[in-house]
Amino acid sequence: MQTTESRPVRFALTALTLAFLGVFLVVPLAAVFWEALSKGWDLYAAALVEYEAWQAIKLTLIAAAIAVPLNLVFGVAAAWAIARFDFRGKSLLTTLIDLPFSVSPVVAGLMYVLLFGVNSAIGGWLAAHDIQIIFAVPGIVLATVFVTFPFVARELIPLMQAQGQEEEQAALVLGASGWQTFWRVTLPNVKWGLLYGVILTNARAMGEFGAVSVVSGHIRGETNTIPLHVEILYNEYNFVGAFACASILALLALVTLAVKTYVEWRIERQHTASLIRTQQAREALA
Amino acid sequence: MNLIAKRYSVLPGFGLSLGYALFWLGLIVLLPFAALALTASTLGWTAFIEQVSAPRVLASLQLSFGAALIAAAVNALMGFLVAWVLVRYTFPGKRFVDALIDLPFALPTAVAGIALTTIYAPNGWLGRYLEPLGVKVAFTPLGIVVALIFVSLPFVVRTVQPVLEDLEKELEEAATCLGADRWQIFRRVIFPAVLPALLTGSAMAFARATGEFGSVIFIAGNIPLVSEIAPLIIISKLEQFDVAGATAVAVVMLALSFFVLFLINLLQWWTARRHGMK
Repeated sequence: MQTTESRPVRFALTALTLAFLGVFLVVPLAAVFWEALSKGWDLYAAALVEYEAWQAIKLTLIAAAIAVPLNLVFGVAAAWAIARFDFRGKSLLTTLIDLPFSVSPVVAGLMYVLLFGVNSAIGGWLAAHDIQIIFAVPGIVLATVFVTFPFVARELIPLMQAQGQEEEQAALVLGASGWQTFWRVTLPNVKWGLLYGVILTNARAMGEFGAVSVVSGHIRGETNTIPLHVEILYNEYNFVGAFACASILALLALVTLAVKTYVEWRIERQHTASLIRTQQAREALA
Repeated sequence: MNLIAKRYSVLPGFGLSLGYALFWLGLIVLLPFAALALTASTLGWTAFIEQVSAPRVLASLQLSFGAALIAAAVNALMGFLVAWVLVRYTFPGKRFVDALIDLPFALPTAVAGIALTTIYAPNGWLGRYLEPLGVKVAFTPLGIVVALIFVSLPFVVRTVQPVLEDLEKELEEAATCLGADRWQIFRRVIFPAVLPALLTGSAMAFARATGEFGSVIFIAGNIPLVSEIAPLIIISKLEQFDVAGATAVAVVMLALSFFVLFLINLLQWWTARRHGMK
């Protein structure tokens, strides 16, 4: 019985899809590496070890190193509360957690400027105590935490809901404490989803542009992250430098995609394995 | 008092995990929103209307929403096609292509911006062939649409794909037995089932595209009244210490994001109800 299209139609649709993805995804990606290496490896390497580029890389790493663990702990706590308990206002809480995704990064940055800027109550107090948040590293970290806020929770909640809580209940019945249950049962079960959430948070944290751009103040060598440094170099027509720094971020993106594919494969395998285990247990009982 | 009453569960840690989550949510998300709301409330209606109806602001809002709408429409069509081909056909390298779909999520927007600008510049890889045809992409509103198509590409694919995978083959077989041709089956059987997911994905793509900044500013050319997007207006107002003006534009953008968010929730509720009825 024919439940698919004729061969020429299939071929034409596949070709059209690949052409579209080629033009919109592959060509831009290839262009980054092509432009970065267009003047040879020496200039490429030189662009990366330059002082300001190095400072930007360092700041990016610092911001991610603070933002990722904060969001990791938040994500796990939120997922535990949402996926393991029923309470009133749960869907409201889920919506609020997703909120940073639907806000323009520029608006997010603006909100932090309004909160900590000199005109606000908090900003006035901070200025009086000589603490700088906006146009300094803390502002960059806060903006980064905001834009990457939902990632870990979003990966974990559906995963934990799908797995159910029978295994945790069994552990508790067998006398494990709450923490033991969490470390030995829950965490191993969700580790791949958690890893992907962290990788995604990290990629976005290192690559964020709009929100960080608003709060950073663009002080060269001080408050420039890699994406902001890319912008400066590009606007100065230093294309090799701009694309060299951009190529690090593009590599990071490729690593992220590879991890994602691997994690999906692992979760699928874990799922199949648990199905087989259930099946075997049933057969053993029968 | 019973606002957050939990149903009985043997698992521990409810108070701790929820308390911690609410604390961070308040600190990182709600507090900045409150700051924006507070600043906006000091503006007053007339000042707000005056700020938002300035020609440059109006033009930028129109451009941001218009370009996002076009990009979402293109992605609705092409994203559906991509999902269709990935689910239903086989071709060499399919797994690799499937992984590549998420590239716009993983690639920093500034990187995408400079790459697209270089490609579509008059002497770029694609720009040099488009230029003789009279099509200018870089530094025009068309370039903005191209950048927005890139950043919002995965949404429709990733929402439609699982629905297509779950479609029951038997329905199509039954339709074929009853004498329907492929096109009729697509229109009457497949498309209605996929429609809610397609709309949800398009709405997400639209929401993402309206607020996009990094990939757009490089390719847009940023000519006032022609190719200046709303987020850029916020930044330039902020740089001129016009906090009131920046806040007013931000409020309009936020209002629209909330509206789209509401729409997406409505669509998801609709989808859930349809699945529940089956």
